[in-house]
Amino acid sequence: MSTSMEQLYQQVILDHAKHPHGRGLGEVAVAEARTAQSHQVNPTCGDEVTLQVDVDLSGVVRDVRWEGQGCSISQASVSVLHDLVVDQDLTTVDDLAGTFRALMQSKGAGLGDEVEDKLGDAAAFTGVGRYSARVKCALLGWVALNDALIKTGATRTKEDA
Amino acid sequence: MTSTLDTAVPQGGAPAAAGTLGPAELAAVRADFPLLARTLRGGRPLVYLDSGATSQKPEVVLDAEQDFYVQRNAAVHRGAHQLAEEATEAFEDARARVASFVGVSPGELVWTSNATAAINLVAYAMSNASLGRGGSESARFALRPGDEIVVTELEHHANLVPWQELAARTGATLRWIGVDDDGRLRLDDLATVVGERTRVLAFTHASNVTGAITPVRAFVDRARAVGALTVLDACQSVPHLPVDLHALGVDFAAFSGHKMLGPTGVGALYGRRELLEAMPPVTTGGSMVEVVTMERTTYAPPPQRFEAGTQMVSQAVGMGAAASYLAELGMDAVAAHEAHLTQLLLDAVASVPGVRVIGPTDARDRLANVSFVVDGVHAHDVGQVLDDAGVAVRVGHHCAQPLHRRFGVAATARASAAVYTTDEEIEVFREALAGVRTFFGLEDGSNA
Repeated sequence: MSTSMEQLYQQVILDHAKHPHGRGLGEVAVAEARTAQSHQVNPTCGDEVTLQVDVDLSGVVRDVRWEGQGCSISQASVSVLHDLVVDQDLTTVDDLAGTFRALMQSKGAGLGDEVEDKLGDAAAFTGVGRYSARVKCALLGWVALNDALIKTGATRTKEDA
Repeated sequence: MTSTLDTAVPQGGAPAAAGTLGPAELAAVRADFPLLARTLRGGRPLVYLDSGATSQKPEVVLDAEQDFYVQRNAAVHRGAHQLAEEATEAFEDARARVASFVGVSPGELVWTSNATAAINLVAYAMSNASLGRGGSESARFALRPGDEIVVTELEHHANLVPWQELAARTGATLRWIGVDDDGRLRLDDLATVVGERTRVLAFTHASNVTGAITPVRAFVDRARAVGALTVLDACQSVPHLPVDLHALGVDFAAFSGHKMLGPTGVGALYGRRELLEAMPPVTTGGSMVEVVTMERTTYAPPPQRFEAGTQMVSQAVGMGAAASYLAELGMDAVAAHEAHLTQLLLDAVASVPGVRVIGPTDARDRLANVSFVVDGVHAHDVGQVLDDAGVAVRVGHHCAQPLHRRFGVAATARASAAVYTTDEEIEVFREALAGVRTFFGLEDGSNA
């Protein structure tokens, strides 16, 4: 197997794909939270994700729940997203989303350790950027999150996916 | 199923016999395709097993397009100068080559931008007829509530969505023939689903997912018995089998240039002459008229009636060259070679534990496009591992979502061969496939 394949399928990605975090839709757990749901499909391969997000009145993401089916990259990416954004305020979430999108557009070059550190496990997706056909897989969950946040009314602008 | 095929389909699984391509001929064929010699990331040779999506092009096709622009480029069917004559001759010569390749007359072959456009042309002509366009001659194409359009559950979206839309526009009802567990059409459904209300029976000649070849005769006989028009999606069959559309007896057929070694941007619609003559136009404008006044227009006879606007001349010329190239190889030899590849592909997939074919596992009446799922590994990830070995396969739903739903899978990987595919390439594919489950840390990943 080539080095670029090992960089693409890092162990942390395979682990998240096998044991995803935040999986399973359900009832809102937080009182007085605004909740919304988004269903996103990648029409080229049929990958799907349905994501629910709860935002409390102070603008903090209190929970993310999701269901989906698709390749390891898309499923692991939603799992990592869950870990990153839960309990973060919307400014931080926007920053994380923008940074992850920039990472995907870096064509595998990465963004440097300092920037990647704040992405936690999501930094393991650096190698995905080298395969343009897979970038959409990695972004599917983030597109769903952005759409769901807009529906909650907490985020006003629609970012380009 | 007993073989009720109408074309001379060689029996799959037979060893390479007389009439197939020998090693020297195959090497010569490969040398005609410049792209097959290129390497990929890491210097790996390309193993192109995605011909079901689009085929590679031989030099004669590339040269034909180039030669048209270098030597003959002019507007066709207008102008009295020598270049215009030569361009028109090249355009019509290509039409004659493609028509002859599928056993029809040039006047029955309409150029379209692709096969999807060809099917839509029929659907929209019926729509226009349903609005009363084309007068009494066109009444036979008119649909109304109570009429039925029948398709099949394994159609490519190109032979499903246009009929859904036609049904929605006319109030007709869409029904469909089911698929059995082997990925073949349920012939029993012909008697129950196709009936007196059926006006159109649209079906594929060969599934782009399961590879199963449709027994066209049974469909045509049933359609004729109830007075329905037949529309055949021949995209997957024309590049791989000898196809004689007159002998098949279908009313319409669509196929594309790019899957049969020709360029993109060009396809063809075959229509039985008397039907094309009675059918109202769809796209209107220049080149498709007889007399135009400010009040009304009379239309040119087919095929020009359906070829409004400037045509894709160089692509048509390229498609004509592709048809000639295949005809020179001989479609019996092409089909025999590919029947051998079908068996190799099925054997390769069967040799790897944890891999399941979606479609017939018997090479009989089946093409060399084999779709499969790897237990525990998504098709996209399968494709990535194969790509790392230089093996190009298609992953996803292959524009056939209902069929995938029928089999309870969201996506499959598909290896599809063509005339230039070799035994060695299928072995590279097999070895790479055997490593997929191992790479993702699943048991039984080793080659049994």
